Amino acid sequence: MLLKKLTEACGASGNEKEVRDIIIHEISPFVDSVRIDGIGNVIAYKSGKTPAAGRVMVTAHMDEVGLMIKEIDSAGLLKFLTVGGIDKRVLVSKTVVVGKDKIKGVIGSKPIHLQKRNEWTKVLDINELYIDIGASSREEAEKIVSIGDYAVFDTQYEEFGDDRIKAKALDNRVGCAILVELLKSSIDTEIHGVFTVMEEVGLVGAGPAAYTVEPDVAIILEGTICYEMPDLDTYDIPTVMGNGPAISLVDRATIYDAAFRKRIVEVAEKNNIKYQYRKTSMGGNDSGSIHTSKTGCITTAISVPTRYIHSPLSVISKFDYDNTLALVKAVISDLEKEAL
Amino acid sequence: MVFNSELLKKIVMVYGPSSREHLIREVISNEIKDHVDELSTDALGNLIARKKGPGKKVMISAHMDQIGLIITDIDKDGFLRFGNIGGISPAVTFSQRVIFENGTVGAIYSEPVEDLSKLKLEDMYIDIGAKTKEEAEMSVSIGDICVYHADYSENSNVVFTPYLDDRVGCFVAIEALKSIQTTENDLYFVFSVQEEVGLRGARTAAYGVDPDFGIAVDVTIHGDTPKAKRFAVGLHKGAAIKVKDNSVISHPVVRERLVHLAKEKGIPYQMEVLEFGGTDSGAIHMNKTGVPSGVISIPTRYVHSTVEMASKEDITNCVALLTAYLEERL
Repeated sequence: MLLKKLTEACGASGNEKEVRDIIIHEISPFVDSVRIDGIGNVIAYKSGKTPAAGRVMVTAHMDEVGLMIKEIDSAGLLKFLTVGGIDKRVLVSKTVVVGKDKIKGVIGSKPIHLQKRNEWTKVLDINELYIDIGASSREEAEKIVSIGDYAVFDTQYEEFGDDRIKAKALDNRVGCAILVELLKSSIDTEIHGVFTVMEEVGLVGAGPAAYTVEPDVAIILEGTICYEMPDLDTYDIPTVMGNGPAISLVDRATIYDAAFRKRIVEVAEKNNIKYQYRKTSMGGNDSGSIHTSKTGCITTAISVPTRYIHSPLSVISKFDYDNTLALVKAVISDLEKEAL
Repeated sequence: MVFNSELLKKIVMVYGPSSREHLIREVISNEIKDHVDELSTDALGNLIARKKGPGKKVMISAHMDQIGLIITDIDKDGFLRFGNIGGISPAVTFSQRVIFENGTVGAIYSEPVEDLSKLKLEDMYIDIGAKTKEEAEMSVSIGDICVYHADYSENSNVVFTPYLDDRVGCFVAIEALKSIQTTENDLYFVFSVQEEVGLRGARTAAYGVDPDFGIAVDVTIHGDTPKAKRFAVGLHKGAAIKVKDNSVISHPVVRERLVHLAKEKGIPYQMEVLEFGGTDSGAIHMNKTGVPSGVISIPTRYVHSTVEMASKEDITNCVALLTAYLEERL
């Protein structure tokens, strides 16, 4: 299953090869061309039956947040730093896999019995954590891992409840999966499908991709923040699980084009696709680099609400996934009729 | 030179927050169209006006966009919640009036807070007087952006109004554009978008224009009011020539030429060394293989408030300095 394969692959920022290989294998029979650019982005082109009114680029970033080994101590324990915005409070006692050979490890720390009373109330600093790979000396550890190796959470894809999926890295393998499905489907309109690298460390891959493709319109597919406790006021809820794709208003990298947003909403309503707005201005995505590339372009971000992102496991709704794919398809076929 | 109060008043009052600059773009287009050879708009909405000449390409950039508030939620009682577009101060925003593109006016207030100095935008809301969510939704939609709604005032020394930042820069560029009859240089006047959210418009405009020199015209802050933070720029002391801010170190070729011209033509000027902030030259100077760029700043008190204040003399001197710079062969 596509989303299982994609989420169980290792692909922290700068180390996207495993994800990239899966994607290229999946899409190659269905697109006219596919290539890897200098920084590692996948750039695919699908001609469709009719040319679009403008050049349409649909993107999803392949990378996930993770860890990187920075030191191996004399006891064979690995010190690490974070790659991308990981919530450090969730690291303790999680299982990870390290390096190309996916060496199993556990993130360890001082047991609660040995912590001083004032340590109980604060979050352990990352320097107080280490990855235990079962080695008992530096020499033993160095045989299977190296400084500079990446580590990612060791989380299995699983479906639960009536409608839910839990997995690591749904931000943004969910966007990758939707884009793969889009490229495999029989859409009429020509599109450029781009899978970017290193979004989580500063929208790095998207700039070079946009520079090459020169889109008039770009659609960014994402897994975005979802948090909806019942005691919250409506304005404190960024997105609601089960309310369909979230259309972005503004974030720290882009003010999304209002005319395009209006058109997307009209398309959703015409096709009876449930949608919502992403009601927070926090965060940012590849659109920031894309809309200011060269002489600029119009962008939107359409996201699957994702609970617990940037942690060892995240959760989405299948309903939201299906409706996001449906909305993106409908928007693209609408762009065929009339340019923005 | 006569100070054209009527034009300044007109352009500071036109709606145009970052990403929604179409109305101010139309006003400026109409103002300058008879004085330029080409007029175009790029994908992000920058207005690019060319006054042809045989020499080097110069990009002059003044941003059209304003700071504002974007609606993120309408609650069940019709109150609106918002996020910031650009540098919005909670203290300035409290108890202001705001206006939307369609003319809807609202009042900003906050939930009861113990200590007003700790006021956050998240605690504040816009009240448009609607009785229900449904009624509010007839006037305002999620994603709409509003701006401060306050009056323009002036006396013989100063103007004070919201949005001198950077409509006064647009004013300086328009007045210079109109006063230049013929030019040795190939001039591209850019009225840029989305400066307030990170110099986004200037970046794409510079890529399109591909200039040899860049010059931004924008407001800078002041150091001449009671107990103000030390800063060697004040009102009525002339056009400010920027040495640096956080986005650009002005190229010495541009900076020295501005100083030379000011001295030669007897235009009062002051040097500006700003330790924070940024303006369009920050994006222009890093375009492609790099562009020597500088900034002419209009000294302005109370930037990002509804009573931004600048000196008419300084504004006139900025026009004179920009005109002198653009007229001589570069």
